[in-house]
Amino acid sequence: MLLIRCPWCGLREQAEFSCGGEAHIVRPLKPDELTDEQWADYLFMRDNTKGWQTEQWVHSGGCRRWFNAQRDTVTYKFGISYKHTDPKPEDGD
Amino acid sequence: MKKYSVFTLARHALDRRKSWSRAWRDPSPKTSYDVVIVGGGGHGLATAYYLASEHGINNIAVVEKGWIGGGNTGRNTTIVRSNYLWDEAAHLYEKSLVLWESLSQELNFNVMFSQRGVMNLGHNLQDMRDIYRRSNANMLNGIDSEILTPQQISEIVPIMNTSPYARYPVLGASFQRRGGIARHDAVAWGFARAADKLGVDVIQNCEVTGIRRNNGKVEGVETTRGFIGARKVGVVAAGHSSVIAEMAGIRMPIESHPLQALVSEPIKPILHTVVMSNAVHGYISQSDKGELVIGAGVDSYLGYGQRGSFSTIEGNIAAIVELFPIFSRVRMLRHWGGIVDVCPDACPIISKTSVDGLYFNCGWGTGGFKATPGSGWVFAHTIARDEPHHLNAAFGIDRFVSGALINEHGAAGVAH
Ligand SMILES: Cc1cc2nc3c(=O)[nH]c(=O)nc-3n(C[C@H](O)[C@H](O)[C@H](O)COP(=O)(O)OP(=O)(O)OC[C@H]3O[C@@H](n4cnc5c(N)ncnc54)[C@H](O)[C@@H]3O)c2cc1C
Ligand SMILES: [Zn+2]
Repeated sequence: MLLIRCPWCGLREQAEFSCGGEAHIVRPLKPDELTDEQWADYLFMRDNTKGWQTEQWVHSGGCRRWFNAQRDTVTYKFGISYKHTDPKPEDGD
Repeated sequence: MKKYSVFTLARHALDRRKSWSRAWRDPSPKTSYDVVIVGGGGHGLATAYYLASEHGINNIAVVEKGWIGGGNTGRNTTIVRSNYLWDEAAHLYEKSLVLWESLSQELNFNVMFSQRGVMNLGHNLQDMRDIYRRSNANMLNGIDSEILTPQQISEIVPIMNTSPYARYPVLGASFQRRGGIARHDAVAWGFARAADKLGVDVIQNCEVTGIRRNNGKVEGVETTRGFIGARKVGVVAAGHSSVIAEMAGIRMPIESHPLQALVSEPIKPILHTVVMSNAVHGYISQSDKGELVIGAGVDSYLGYGQRGSFSTIEGNIAAIVELFPIFSRVRMLRHWGGIVDVCPDACPIISKTSVDGLYFNCGWGTGGFKATPGSGWVFAHTIARDEPHHLNAAFGIDRFVSGALINEHGAAGVAH
């Protein structure tokens, strides 16, 4: 089982968490000006990175707060966990 | 190459099986081909076979980074059925099911397709309403479907716990008798052998690392064994579709997730049909070798590791034991994962792209094995004619822009 670091609660078991997918997808600021292609890109298209990526997790069986984490999608190793409002970090090791 | 028959079998038994020839060649890549197919899973090999047999294109290479069938084709639980809700999906999967019915004869290779029926259980009122709706939609599309009562289910599967006191009581099921299972490896091998016979080069241990383009038109693929020129390139790489799309500057609405399965030690025949349950998220059948073949759900995180979480397996086994208490002491033999390419509407993308001569067939997610022959059939047509067959016209990548999604989460809700 993976151990995941919640920025508030520390290292906890994977069973307490749910994954919310790719992080840093920015909601369009002017939705009524978007073309259909731009909507498709925002709603459906994903990087689906093989390797290090940043993703959203929620500590659903704990403090129930959302946060972002780096994870290698091949080895499943976690990098740093950080708060939503923090900028996107460099790739993990 | 020799045709397999009872006579060749007898002849080779007499010479102690010494003179069997290999089933397909092991060619080195030529400098260029009319069509290069990226990915030697069942879908890629079927595409090459139908390109050669139906469209008279024989100068083809199938390029596989590992060994053929080593991806999801050789890792899945082999459930075949066509009882999808919406017309577009139902027609596509039904075409495939019809091809399955004569595939062993067509390929001269026993794919062990066994139409032992597929049962989808309902555990609550909403499940049953969905089952009635889907079953009626299937019948309107000419696809066989029956609704079973718990009593009828018990007659077909006496070992299932249909007691009203079960944690998730079984209220009924839909049953497609023409559905069943097949031998996964044999599907890859059969298509490879039949395609090879028609002149297709099946090239293993050759990874595609780039897609060469010029002026918006494809020119070939860069591989670990050098550049291979191609007038057309068809990509059928399942879990790695996004990785290859990125090589051509295309974005895909796909997420790759781990999906796991496990088999038990072989036991005597006890389960004669396929049982699936969306609500408790388990599906089970018994292989001809006697192993119970059990499939789990996807992990919620992205994963290219061909491994999944133990907690997913734990929940899966809990559901199976609840449905089949008699299996509680069966020992499991092997457990593995595949990388499934999940699409937002649980339907595939079989499509031309913004690059001329580059085609993608992906997004089959947790349920594409059943579609192997049909997928190859329509993709071969799409590549040969540079336009979709009417059966895959609705499955273009442009549907994510137009919004014309085909929501099959109900019929595809459980991984299968
Ligand atoms: C555990 C599990 C259970 C499943 N159960 C069922 C089921 O019961 N019924 C059902 O219908 N479906 C099921 N599926 C889904 C089904 O297995 C797939 O949808 C289907 O097999 C996909 O076939 P494919 O030929 O497209 O992919 P694959 O067989 O995965 O073939 C893709 C190939 O592309 C190759 N490749 C990738 N990148 C490159 C590259 N850069 N260069 C060259 N080659 C490359 C890979 O090595 C691979 O061999 C299941 C899947 C899993 C994992
Ligand atoms: Zn927490």
